[in-house]
Amino acid sequence: MPDSLKKKLKLKVSAINNGTVIDHIPSENLFKVISILGLQNVKTQITFGANFESEKLGSKAIIKLSDVFFEDDEINKISLIARNAKLNIIRDYEVVEKRVVEVPDKVIGIVKCFNPKCITNNEEITTYFNVISKNPLDLKCKYCEKITHEDQMVIK
Amino acid sequence: MKKKDLISITDYSKEDYLRILELAADFEKNPNQKLLEGKVVASLFFEPSTRTRLSFETAINRLGGRIIGFSDAGSSSVSKGETLHDTTRMVSNYVDLIVMRHPLEGSSRYAAEVADVPVINAGDGANQHPTQTLLDMYSILKTQGTLDNINIFMIGDLKYGRTVHSLLMAMSQFENPIFNFIAPDELAMPEEYKLFLKEKGIRYFEHSEINENINHAEIIYMTRVQKERFMDPIEYEKVKNVYILRNNMLANTKPNMRILHPLPRVNEIHPDVDSNEKAYYFEQARNGVFTRQAIIAHILNLK
Ligand SMILES: [Zn+2]
Repeated sequence: MPDSLKKKLKLKVSAINNGTVIDHIPSENLFKVISILGLQNVKTQITFGANFESEKLGSKAIIKLSDVFFEDDEINKISLIARNAKLNIIRDYEVVEKRVVEVPDKVIGIVKCFNPKCITNNEEITTYFNVISKNPLDLKCKYCEKITHEDQMVIK
Repeated sequence: MKKKDLISITDYSKEDYLRILELAADFEKNPNQKLLEGKVVASLFFEPSTRTRLSFETAINRLGGRIIGFSDAGSSSVSKGETLHDTTRMVSNYVDLIVMRHPLEGSSRYAAEVADVPVINAGDGANQHPTQTLLDMYSILKTQGTLDNINIFMIGDLKYGRTVHSLLMAMSQFENPIFNFIAPDELAMPEEYKLFLKEKGIRYFEHSEINENINHAEIIYMTRVQKERFMDPIEYEKVKNVYILRNNMLANTKPNMRILHPLPRVNEIHPDVDSNEKAYYFEQARNGVFTRQAIIAHILNLK
């Protein structure tokens, strides 16, 4: 591939007029992030890539969304599986704001309760946890009152 | 007005506890008060628990209420695969109050969200059994005249025993309690409860056997040590006879000391204790009816 074409392609991927770039997603969680944010329903242009080299993560994924902006509540949902994710908010091709994701105080849906005898694992019920520790993550189930620790976390 | 459920003992404040205990004393004096006349209560036992069910149904009958329900899931629509959600929605249309026992943890919290009427948790798996805790508190109040300055010895399975955890949380609301834990290492009181006591500045002590320390107790709370809880059956054999309370251990205990047990017992209280006036577990069970009358009256604002 000639260099000029490479450059053009790279530009095509990078260039967002207005929108959001989500960077530093662990590659293996790219599709979970897409699903948690419901990006399959977005009608504007989306580009994403995985397995980019990253000093921090070893391998990272990036998502670029045209004309999509997130509320904190919405984007913080991905903090459980993309702790180091960074957002660049783009207006008129310029990065006008950088944000990091934060673990919310409550986690609704997304995570399974680790307790097999919990009602939420036996009937169609949206899980609901109060976050009692953010690092390491400890989630207390509103229903069975048991604590799901970070190393037991399974994404629904 | 927001409906009052009773799902977990920590849902209620000290004021709620005291109000319920005051009502329980009133029902003990005068058990037949037709406050539930014209009302229907659902008694939904998704797993059998004859003791708890009879206690609740007696309480409801003494209040003049009618009961619908089932005593195990096999005889209900649940055996046809109906979800807890659907059963609760349906029953909630018919009655003024739901009493529910279910093997899955969190089931009653969920049912309370789905139902339009109040829900009382009569046990959700290994999670919560708040009416047991309130009847334990009533028994302590009745025998000691106060819930302050009580030295409680908890003996047996302190790891999985939900009744000791709930009682610990509830008694921590009162003045100057002291807790003593006697359990095998495998069934020791979990760290989270000890941490809770530390943070509240409440004194607790741990012992590995029943000895003369119990002479300081106001209350000895016994629980079952179950064989299934041990990974290694040899460990069970080693400890099974260490945590048995016998009459000859009680000689120098305080005169006002009383022995509680949520029942049914296996072998952890020797039958020779039964005739000792300090054995209180059968009266404790009787207190359950008054306490449940009080809980129902409190929840439905009948008094
Ligand atoms: Zn749970």
